[in-house]
Parts: sequence; structure tokens; C-alpha cells
Amino acid sequence: MKVIIRNPKRRELELQGSRRVDTLIKELDLNPEQVLVIRDDDLLTRDLWIKDHETVEIVTAISGGT
Amino acid sequence: MRCRKCKAQASIELRRHHAAFCKPHYLEFFDRQVERAIRRHKMFVPDDRILVGVSGGKDSLTLWDYLLRHDYQPTGLHIHLGIGDYSDNSYQRTLAFAQQRDAPLITVDLAQSYGMAVPELSNALRRVPCSGCGLSKRYILNKEAYDRDFTVVAMGHNLDDEAATLLGNVLHWEVGSLARQSPALPANGDKLIKRVKPLYTVTEREVAANAILRGIDYVEEECPNSVGARSILYKNSLDQIEAQSPGSKHGFMSTFLDRIRPLMEESQEDFDLRDCRLCGQSTTGEICAFCRMWQQAREKAAQPKRQPSRRRQTKTPA
Repeated sequence: MKVIIRNPKRRELELQGSRRVDTLIKELDLNPEQVLVIRDDDLLTRDLWIKDHETVEIVTAISGGT
Repeated sequence: MRCRKCKAQASIELRRHHAAFCKPHYLEFFDRQVERAIRRHKMFVPDDRILVGVSGGKDSLTLWDYLLRHDYQPTGLHIHLGIGDYSDNSYQRTLAFAQQRDAPLITVDLAQSYGMAVPELSNALRRVPCSGCGLSKRYILNKEAYDRDFTVVAMGHNLDDEAATLLGNVLHWEVGSLARQSPALPANGDKLIKRVKPLYTVTEREVAANAILRGIDYVEEECPNSVGARSILYKNSLDQIEAQSPGSKHGFMSTFLDRIRPLMEESQEDFDLRDCRLCGQSTTGEICAFCRMWQQAREKAAQPKRQPSRRRQTKTPA
């Protein structure tokens, strides 16, 4: 699957095999309280599976300075 | 995971609410949270003239969008800070948002109006950029609101922003700041305009989800000066706790507002406000903090730059 991490620095990863959203977040060492996983303009809950051929984007919500 | 209301496939899970929602029901839920905060703190009514501080990020655009959809009378105020591409992108997103919705927008260019952008201001003061930037934003928002007869200033601070500020204030026992930390600060005299934060009960992730699902095109790029900022350290620390114990951030904030802040407020002495000798805005001293800072910056910028000292080369006797 293709994973596009949109921010803070845009990068793209290719991962082998299908996996659940929560597994992907854990593998990438992200805090589930800070990220959203997007597939085809919709958000994915942590129990959903991402198939090997699919592309997902990850947005980090945390920002600094107020 | 299924939506709590309609049992359709959920788009987002909110562990702190023990709930998941599909897109339409999430957007409905989000609006209800904001509406509740506005009503609870009597932030404003439809007749108020609201000036919204708009950076071009998800929080301020989400707030502006909410106010426009609910028939309030918001005008956006964008401050161009002059922080390279980041500021240009932020302005472009803000302008596009305003044009798409035919919403009134005021833009203040810091360098044009005051003589220096944030990087030059920071260099002149020899201080980190965030201190001068924050003070300038707060001052300009209030001044523009006063000069243009707005009745309330609204800002997009969310629960994470407020909880991180609270943690910072508690770690350093900033009693004065704690007493003033509130989602709704009333007007003080005729020159300090009422200041409200309608998003203070929704998390940063919830705001981002709202923005994405509503198709709000916001700046995802971070301010380059925020790298290593304390606020991010505090947010990360709080989110580590939140991941293990959902609802902690909300509990931290709401307990402070309900039980602790009233005690601190009582212990605060009343300050006499007077007009700043230079700009006429309200202050407790003779010259307000904003004018003092800019005075210092201009003086330092006008000083000739010191040449790096050269070591005198002395010949040692053989």
C-alpha cells in the first residue's frame, strides 16, 4: 500500500501487505490522538482494513504556536 | 465501527465521548459542541459584530466557517507576518476562503504597518520570534476591533491549545496568567474588547476532521518558527496521557475552569487601566507592552552592527 504522510513534512512510503488502520498508526509510531487517516476523501476508523493496492493519506492535527 | 446515531459506517471515533459518528452526524455533533460553548459562556449573539483572527490554519478557518454558516456577522482579520513562504501560503488560503464565501476580510501587513516583519523584529530584539509575534497578533486584533467598532474578538484556540497553555502555566505557577485564562474574557474599559474562544471544548484532531470533511482548504504546513516550541512538547505530553486515558485533557481544562480559576480570580488585584502614552490603547503602565517592544526593536535596528572583534596578533619574542 502507498502511505502519504502529508505533514509536518510530506513523505511517501510503500508498505507490503494489508493491515488495519490502528496497526499502521502503531507501526509508524504515531499517536492515534493526533492523526487522521484518509482514503478517497473519507476518514477511516481504527478497525478498518487497508488493502495492499490502496493509497491512504495521514494528516497530523497537532500544531504549535497560538 | 458504526455511527452512534444511524448505525452506518463511522468516519471518526471519539474515544473521550465513547462514540463514533458517520460524516453527517459528526459534523452535526461538532457544531453542537461549538454552539454549546458559545451559549454557556454567553460569547456573542447574532447582533454582535465579530472580528475573527484568521491565520489560514484549520482552527481559524473552521471557526470562521462555523460563524458564517450560523448567520453571525464575522469579519476575518489576517495578519501577514512576513515569515517567508509560510506567510504567503497562509494569506493565499485565507484570501481564497474569503472569496469563495464572499466573506469580509481585513489584512494587516506587519512590515508595511509597523516597519518590520517577524524575522526582522526577532533579529532586532535578539529574542525568539514567537514572543514578538504573539504580542503583535494580540495587540493588532484588539486595536483593529476597537478602531472599527467590533463588539467581540473571536479566536480559533482549541482544547489542545488551551490545555497546553494551562499545563505551561501550572508548571511555572504563573498565577496571574492562570487567573486570566478563560474561553471568554469580558471587555475591560472601552478599549479592551471582549475576547472569546468558541472552539475551546473541541480537540485539535476533531477540528482537523471537521475541516477535512467540510472540504475547508487550510494550511497544513507548520510555522517554521514553531519547531521545538514548548506548546508542542506540552501537547505531545498531554496526548500521551489522553491515549491511555481518554477524556483527560477535557477533565484537566474543565475542572480548572469550574473549580480552580474562580479561586484564582478572587485573589487577583484590580489593575487601573490607563491610555498608553504612545498609541492610546489600554495598559497598566505608561507605555503598553506592544509599543515598548517596537520602540526597543527600532532603536536596536538603528544601532550600527558590531563588527566581530579581531584578536590582536602579537608577536611573541623569540
